[in-house]
Amino acid sequence: MFQRIKKAIIHSYRLGVKDLIVFARDRLRLITFVIMPIFLMIMTGYVFPNQNALKNAPLGVVNLDQGTLGAQIISAVDRPASGQNATLLKLTYLGSETEAEKEIKDQMINGAIVIPADFSAKIETGQQATVTSITDQSNPQISLLMSEALNRLMSAISTQMATEKVQTLVPGVADPSAVVDPFVVQTVGIIPGNPNYFEFMAPGIMAMVIMMAAMIGLAGSVSRERELGTLDGILSAPISRLSIIVGKSFAQGVRGLLQAALTLILAILLFGVVVHGNFGLLILLLILTVFSFIGIGIMISAIASEQETAMTIMMTVMFPMMFLSGAFFPIQQMPTALQWISKIIPLTYSVEALRKCIVLGTGISGMLTEVWVMLAFGVVFMAIAIPVFGRVTTR
Amino acid sequence: MNMIEVENLTKRFGSFTAVDHVSFQVKKGEIFGFLGPNGAGKTTTIRMLCTLLRPTEGTAAVAGFDILKQPDKVREHIGLVAEKLILYEQLTAAENLTLFGRLNNLPEKEIKQGIEKWLNRLHMEQWRNNQTGTFSTGMKQRINIARALLHHPDVLVLDEPTLGLDPQTTRAIHEFILELSQEEITILLTTHDMNEAESLSNEIAIIDQAKIVAVDTPKNLKRVVSNGDTAVIDIEVANLNETMLFSLKKMENVASAVETEPYNLRIHMKGDNAASAIVGAIAAEGGQIRAINTVEPNLEDVFLHFTGREMRDKSTGKVAPSQRSLWRRRSSRVR
Ligand SMILES: Nc1ncnc2c1ncn2[C@@H]1O[C@H](COP(=O)(O)OP(=O)(O)OP(=O)(O)O)[C@@H](O)[C@H]1O
Ligand SMILES: [Mg+2]
Repeated sequence: MFQRIKKAIIHSYRLGVKDLIVFARDRLRLITFVIMPIFLMIMTGYVFPNQNALKNAPLGVVNLDQGTLGAQIISAVDRPASGQNATLLKLTYLGSETEAEKEIKDQMINGAIVIPADFSAKIETGQQATVTSITDQSNPQISLLMSEALNRLMSAISTQMATEKVQTLVPGVADPSAVVDPFVVQTVGIIPGNPNYFEFMAPGIMAMVIMMAAMIGLAGSVSRERELGTLDGILSAPISRLSIIVGKSFAQGVRGLLQAALTLILAILLFGVVVHGNFGLLILLLILTVFSFIGIGIMISAIASEQETAMTIMMTVMFPMMFLSGAFFPIQQMPTALQWISKIIPLTYSVEALRKCIVLGTGISGMLTEVWVMLAFGVVFMAIAIPVFGRVTTR
Repeated sequence: MNMIEVENLTKRFGSFTAVDHVSFQVKKGEIFGFLGPNGAGKTTTIRMLCTLLRPTEGTAAVAGFDILKQPDKVREHIGLVAEKLILYEQLTAAENLTLFGRLNNLPEKEIKQGIEKWLNRLHMEQWRNNQTGTFSTGMKQRINIARALLHHPDVLVLDEPTLGLDPQTTRAIHEFILELSQEEITILLTTHDMNEAESLSNEIAIIDQAKIVAVDTPKNLKRVVSNGDTAVIDIEVANLNETMLFSLKKMENVASAVETEPYNLRIHMKGDNAASAIVGAIAAEGGQIRAINTVEPNLEDVFLHFTGREMRDKSTGKVAPSQRSLWRRRSSRVR
């Protein structure tokens, strides 16, 4: 009995090493191995825009004001006070509101502000004036960012005007800005430094490359050998079926871990991500991620006899997982029904735990739920998948 | 002693029967040829013997071990050269052999010696440290054969081992197979090449449409087609036509009649005075006979005799597939 287990472990190891050597000597696969995390980082890091990413966004300006205040405002928008991003917007001066709308439809500008004819007159007579901001809803991301930026600018200008007014109305007030804005909100993060979107993304991408290795890598590797015919060589050798699947899982697990490590190194070196948690815990979580996916990978490789079928199944399983796991978008942002679905996806827990560890520096006691759920996923799926694999390989 | 014993081995894929109650025995040190057209069921039979497929019915024993009850023992005693190469192209020849030696639980020292021995015998020693992906088809097949022999199996199974190889390599492999059988290795060889089957095999099983239609030595098989009252003749008829052929086929004395080449008929005849009866019949139809030759039957004739069909496709010279499986092959080749 002991002898048999020892043999099975040795065979698994041999097969795993063989897979890794074959992989390492395949230049094309090696290139994809390195490129994919970089690509994912860049894609997800830059595609989702943030404030800092907004540069030279073309904004139309229609100044119909007969007074002088309109021009003042525009120059304030054009050259924002220090502290504001100087190259945020790029102004285009237009003659009328209709012209602005046409320019937006032609996608020449991303939005426009219109200062009405009675703007100065109203303010000078003590009435509230209005500035209209026209947005381009066809591009919600940009228009949201733009109107946010615009609002901030406008309220800064408006506060300044109010402050000046208070000073003239109530001479001798200690702090006129306190009258205008009785309080301000100060935002303080719980981690030092200035976290960026990459910090949010890096754990998600790490979990994802492991998921891909454990699922695509494993099923792909089994079906590739099936099609090449080499699987028959392994199956007709006097080794246990378990060794085959353990060996393959080992190889793909190592591959996934290396890729995750590569992702992390890139994130640290190129994108300024800082790991706040414990490195040992991080490695443990990555191994646990491998474990939680291997069962599903084995199941798919057992069911799908051809590489193409394996890929198709994979895509249908993986895409929902990617988008519902919170790897890219916060789960809180999803509809309730999808939030429920996200709870039955192992990737969700892996991403959550990794994020806690990397971004927040949480210890293992703060992620016990995630750890247990991942373990359970792994155990349950393997318990189902391994017998299925054994049966399918000797039909 | 029988190294392979097959009894009523049957494999169905759904409602399709790929191997139908196949039985045969192979004695130690013999070369047993499995001859049949594409789709006949050769590979399926072999896969069952190698424990890669579970039989639907029947069983078999390899080296005295039952394929169902002791599959691991069978695996230890059998070496497989399958239709597809069992080699990792990214590994070198020696790495491939070492891997499979280890999977077969051979001690490291024995693996080293084995690699030495088989690479030498197959004239591949100078290529040991090259990746097999860089090899020619013939070189790959040599390494593949060495891999199957490394754990000194009692039974070597070769599934169309010379398919796609040039005549020179084919000859070398044939010689090698004969040498192996001198060394008491029992060989099961599938092929659809009659010459290969005939020149190598001590015994041949002709398999067609999932069934074995005949098993015997090549000599005896041919004797069935030409002994006493049966014989094979070629008749060249200058004005051969369909009606002539049709009425010939109906004759008592004609077992089969096939137009092998334009205006040339190959007739398997039987019964007393068959030759004169046939000549008479052709003359009665107004046929002008140019030549008559008795033919030393080959395995092609044997196949024709047992199945009523030619194994080779006349127009292409390629092997004709079993008719029923023609449309199946495309979709269900890969398991
Ligand atoms: N897994 C499978 N599922 C369904 N049908 C199959 C399967 N494997 C084989 N067959 C069918 O069984 C029949 C016999 O196939 P087999 O491969 O044994 O033929 P063969 O004699 O080896 O032919 P060839 O000379 O082409 O190698 C074929 O019609 C094939 O399509
Ligand atoms: Mg075959």
